Amino acid sequence: MGAKRKFVCVVCPRGCALEVETDEGGLLVGVSGNACRRGEDYARSEIADPRRVLTTTVAIRGAALRRLPVKTAGAVPLGRLVEVCRALDGLIVEAPVACGDVILRDLCGLGVDLVATDSLERA
Amino acid sequence: MVSRKDYDVLVVGGGPAGLSAALSAAENGARTGIIEREDRLGGILKQCVHDGFGLVRFGEQLAGPEYARRFADRVVEATSKGTVLATHLGAFVHAARRETCGDGGVRYVLECVSRDEGVFVAAARSLVLATGCRERTDRQVFIHGERPAGVFTAGLAQHLVNIEGLLPGHRAVILGSGDIGLIMARRLFLEGVEVEGVYEIKSEPSGLSRNVRQCLEDFGIPLNLSTTVTAVHGDRRVQGVTVASVDRRGTPIPGSERYVECDTLVLSVGLIPENELAVSLGLALDPATRGPRVDQEGRMAEAERADEGIFVCGNALHVNDLVDYVSESGEQAGRAAALFAAARREGVPIPERELIPVKAGSGFLYAVPQFIDRARGGKAVLYFRVNATRAEGGVVRVASGGATVLKKRYAVLRPPEMERLEIDVAAVPEGATQISLELADKGEGDGR
Ligand SMILES: Cc1cc2nc3c(=O)[nH]c(=O)nc-3n(C[C@H](O)[C@H](O)[C@H](O)COP(=O)(O)OP(=O)(O)OC[C@H]3O[C@@H](n4cnc5c(N)ncnc54)[C@H](O)[C@@H]3O)c2cc1C
Ligand code: SF4
Repeated sequence: MGAKRKFVCVVCPRGCALEVETDEGGLLVGVSGNACRRGEDYARSEIADPRRVLTTTVAIRGAALRRLPVKTAGAVPLGRLVEVCRALDGLIVEAPVACGDVILRDLCGLGVDLVATDSLERA
Repeated sequence: MVSRKDYDVLVVGGGPAGLSAALSAAENGARTGIIEREDRLGGILKQCVHDGFGLVRFGEQLAGPEYARRFADRVVEATSKGTVLATHLGAFVHAARRETCGDGGVRYVLECVSRDEGVFVAAARSLVLATGCRERTDRQVFIHGERPAGVFTAGLAQHLVNIEGLLPGHRAVILGSGDIGLIMARRLFLEGVEVEGVYEIKSEPSGLSRNVRQCLEDFGIPLNLSTTVTAVHGDRRVQGVTVASVDRRGTPIPGSERYVECDTLVLSVGLIPENELAVSLGLALDPATRGPRVDQEGRMAEAERADEGIFVCGNALHVNDLVDYVSESGEQAGRAAALFAAARREGVPIPERELIPVKAGSGFLYAVPQFIDRARGGKAVLYFRVNATRAEGGVVRVASGGATVLKKRYAVLRPPEMERLEIDVAAVPEGATQISLELADKGEGDGR
């Protein structure tokens, strides 16, 4: 038996309410409620492997501020966000850092880099 | 001696609205000064480390500081290159007044205090107010009980976590489902704080649907609708809160009370435009937006002050949910402010204005701008919000003097989502006394 699920597309602020139908194998049969193509792509990946971009902060030394905002350069599995955050708890970055700088390569073996989202000079 | 700096355009506030305004004023040839009370440009975006900014403008999901950088870096570059832009950081504008120029025109004088420059005044023909908004606090929300430590506004909690690197507590309850509260629920959860739930007095969330999904549902954080916090318990520190279901009028239902243990209460109960300076300069506020009343260029609309060049943009004008539109309004205001200042300096008479009031009819919360200056011609951008969810969508008709200026269909209309319309000013008939926004069901509005 297939299944029907309803969830909101988070790709853009419009937030379309998607109605998603899957078959017995969990594969996508149809999507409705999406105002554009990206909604369908989102539904497909959401069913198979939900992923999110992680945004958080890490400690920084040598700058006027104590935290540096960062994000993952690509989406990481939703179920692993907490684990990834804990892995960053002990990290301390040295100033200066420029927006876009890679802070960590291949974060937690996920194949995704961690990048700075602000520039902090050396104080 | 108090030092004095003269500019063509002065921008108060270095958030996204002020940055865009300053850049576009400078691009239009004005000697422009920005006055920002904090040490860094970027405004509230500095602490909004989550992503989702800039989709409309850049087609990318940027983090708040990243979005702000794109503008702040341009400002820094322009400042280092020449004389057009100057930035006063760590400078607070505490008073504003008018002064009469030699040619009889008006000039605005701002009294500033700054750590680096001491007390100084800055003066300009055009003034752009981009002071953003502030959060409503628990004083404006009706909660009984003591006032122990552990009660934070969502923005303050965001500052503590994202800027200071401190956690507000261990177990949090969030009152109000505005976007900042939803974003903070996720943020606290990911930092290891237990988030007991979000409580919303209304029957639907007040933030965007995408935030309900990606900030609450993703992490199994409960959203309790039609429920509110009625009391806060604890002597020195919050120990718990009482929550209760409410009826349709928002009144707590007796017997539905429940005690929830927590050491932190985060209030996300709304934002109010910051307009102390505007009010001190005599500008009246629109009760619906709590911002000044302006035309499509953000220029103050008080008819009796036709020769004045006060412009308002961004969250100071009305609380926006998308920063992209904040930047857009800053650009419009900055450009208009530069042209206004240039005309005044060269003694060009100020063109007659033909201000036509915009009236948002039933079904709307508000529309901005409150006036369209028909004499300006070209295109005008209108923003509006509806006052209740229309899951079936609707048709918005912009009408004037019996003519339809524009008609647009919407698949869904929800109060948290601000909508944008662009009208052709020339389509407003001559002699029109009003421009009205009307809302109709999909079927009716078609006119076919
Ligand atoms: C928590 C939060 C989350 C948000 N999330 C999103 C999102 O996910 N996506 C999105 O697109 N938008 C989001 N927004 C909306 C967007 O960020 C704001 O609408 C935008 O930042 C407002 O810009 P502004 O320049 O008008 O105000 P602000 O950024 O508040 O800037 C105002 C500036 O003026 C300065 N100032 C004020 N008074 C004075 C004075 N008297 N003297 C000197 N300086 C002064 C302040 O210090 C401040 O820097 C969010 C907003 C908030 C608050
Ligand atoms: S379906 Fe398209 S328009 Fe709708 S939320 Fe997703 S990306 Fe945005």
